Amino acid sequence: MSAAQRDPSVTGRPEAPLLRGQEGYSDNVTGRKRQARRWELLFIVSTLVGIVALGSLLYNVLDSAYGLVAIDVKVDPASLARGGVALEALPASELATLLREKLKKRDLKTIEKEQPLAARSTEDLLGIVQTKVVGVDVVGTWVLSDSLLRRRAIEAELARTHPNATLTFKSWLRPAFLSSQQSPDPMLSGVRSAILGSLWTILVTIVVALPLGVAAAVYLEEYAAKDRRLTQVIQTNINNLAGVPSIIYGMLGLTIFVRLLEPLTSGAWLTGATSATANGRTILSAGLTLALLVLPLQIINSQEAIRAVPGSLRQASYGLGATRWQTIWAHVLPSALPGVLTGTILSVSRAIGETAPLVVVGASTAIFQDPSGPFSKFTVLPIQIYQWTSRPQAEFRSIAAAAILVLLAMLLSLNAAAVFLRNRTQVRH
Amino acid sequence: MVEPQRMKPLVDRGALSTVTDVDFAARLRPQRRPWEAVIESGLFVAALVSVLTTAGIIYVLGYEALRFFLLPQVTLTEFVTGTVWQPSIDQFGVMPLVSATLLTSMIGMLVALPLGLFIAVYLSEYAAPRTRGVLKPILEVLAGVPTVVYGFFALTFVTPILQNIFGRNVVEIYNTASAGLVVGILVTPLVASMSEDALHAVPDSLRQAALSLGATRHEMALRVVVPAALSGLAAAFIVAISRAVGETMVVAIAAGAGPALTLNPFKGAETMAGHIVRISGGDLSYDSVDYKSLFAIGLLLFLITLGLNLLSQRIVARYREVYE
Repeated sequence: MSAAQRDPSVTGRPEAPLLRGQEGYSDNVTGRKRQARRWELLFIVSTLVGIVALGSLLYNVLDSAYGLVAIDVKVDPASLARGGVALEALPASELATLLREKLKKRDLKTIEKEQPLAARSTEDLLGIVQTKVVGVDVVGTWVLSDSLLRRRAIEAELARTHPNATLTFKSWLRPAFLSSQQSPDPMLSGVRSAILGSLWTILVTIVVALPLGVAAAVYLEEYAAKDRRLTQVIQTNINNLAGVPSIIYGMLGLTIFVRLLEPLTSGAWLTGATSATANGRTILSAGLTLALLVLPLQIINSQEAIRAVPGSLRQASYGLGATRWQTIWAHVLPSALPGVLTGTILSVSRAIGETAPLVVVGASTAIFQDPSGPFSKFTVLPIQIYQWTSRPQAEFRSIAAAAILVLLAMLLSLNAAAVFLRNRTQVRH
Repeated sequence: MVEPQRMKPLVDRGALSTVTDVDFAARLRPQRRPWEAVIESGLFVAALVSVLTTAGIIYVLGYEALRFFLLPQVTLTEFVTGTVWQPSIDQFGVMPLVSATLLTSMIGMLVALPLGLFIAVYLSEYAAPRTRGVLKPILEVLAGVPTVVYGFFALTFVTPILQNIFGRNVVEIYNTASAGLVVGILVTPLVASMSEDALHAVPDSLRQAALSLGATRHEMALRVVVPAALSGLAAAFIVAISRAVGETMVVAIAAGAGPALTLNPFKGAETMAGHIVRISGGDLSYDSVDYKSLFAIGLLLFLITLGLNLLSQRIVARYREVYE
């Protein structure tokens, strides 16, 4: 084609295609491509924002969980050494005597009320000696980023305000944090009872939600006629329950388990306690509430696992003359088990982080003893985090961050287990 | 079908052994298996537990809320129209709690809807399979972080940033803006993953048609795929709103402790869920007005979220495009 042919004025055909640079040619491709690049950038940036959000979440927790602490001392610990043994190396009995000598009666009484001196660990006693006798006083805490980047300025400021104070780098997440009871003093407080409370609660939740969820899923997948009205009602209902805010479950648990079933959930029927002393705010109530909360999730996950079992397996079993239940028990369930367990781990990781319903059900905040069973009063890890976050002092922020790291570590190991299970099932099928 | 002739050899073999013809006929009859029926009804009861849970929720909230409204100092009109929530002086207007809930949810949605949708479009239409394989687990991790951790994040990270940007005297320590933003971050993974599912369900033939007509990738994504997946996206958005309305720990930690009727996002205000948590966290007598009032708020919260969830299901059922 020659240029003359393409010119509309020559050929009289305005529909003929135009090329770039010709008269009457309008180029919208460049603009559209520019727009496309802009949108693509927007999409990528949005995704990056999501990653940055996760990153700053983790950064923020780590930042608060480690950092410099300035400690001022009233009494020189060296003067407290007995018989040439340094304070840190004294046995529990010596520390207890030391406390009885040095402390005021009133302070001693408060401490004994929490837990008798004789029953406390050496570490615990040493902590008390350090706060009450030596007078270890936290005069300042700094987050990790400040500690690393502004160390000079911090030291200069501290020298001016508290010349005797010593500056040490502290990891708030330390073995003692895991093993010691909570305490009003953030330097000594730990998450031992909270971890145990969480584990007990989760145990109750699993014991209730796993069989109930699997049973319901088996009924819906293997027995119920799909087109029956009742089946549809149950199915819709399960989907709706999954969307109910968790705090509503807390109110349900408070009314049903804590109040209505108090004789049962408080353990009064076992110990023979009178109704006056019975208290339904126990691990059992909390575990049952969480079980109801994760039940929809558990049912839906179990249903998916059961649905994934190939029909040929059932037909083979029926063909050999097995009954329906024999087929389910001997073939469907074992084959669906890894999927069911993966689903269970997912519901457990939901339950382990739940805070609001347990606040409503009434987890206690001041617990200085290990929970001893399903009828104990309790606290759980997320509630401990909530309590500490709500305090204004920076030290409590730091131990809240340390507790968050413990919680995240628990969740991470659960999820790792789920991934491990999922991979195993993929190999088998 | 079993032919009589075919049965013959079997019967003969039966005659050889000790089994008589009569016994054999009895064996062919279906056996009664009482255990099967017991097990089936047991499983049915387990399936009913979820229905009982719903019934329990409605009964508990309804009963206690009714007891609240039957109190002499409470009227339904005041509950709906009153602008002060102060049970200690018999003021029961739920509006401050509702407005704070709407405020945090709206701020959250301003973050979560575009962010979640864009992430979904990127994952579904742009990202290479390998990138997707890296990004999806990150989203799942973000979705699995407990809400109390997000509350910590809001109070110790987002609030100081807001204070640095807008000034300490403008932004209070407890404010709805920080809580709302973090609620947005919290529901973003939910929006992204539900939206991605919806986009994924759009058949490739539509994409190929759009591209073959000369559309750029973004025109294909925004003018073909997104409209085709609209019902799924709408459902995702509504579920996200419902989640934001019911979100508790972030607002309980970061939004403030005290009902306040304000539209200023830099001031503290208490949401419905936040109020329930704060009040029930203290020692509360089961007969007090405060206790009963919590259930009225809870009922309202339940109805709002249930309505939103039902709406989302209706949209999916009604407007879903079914592709071959």
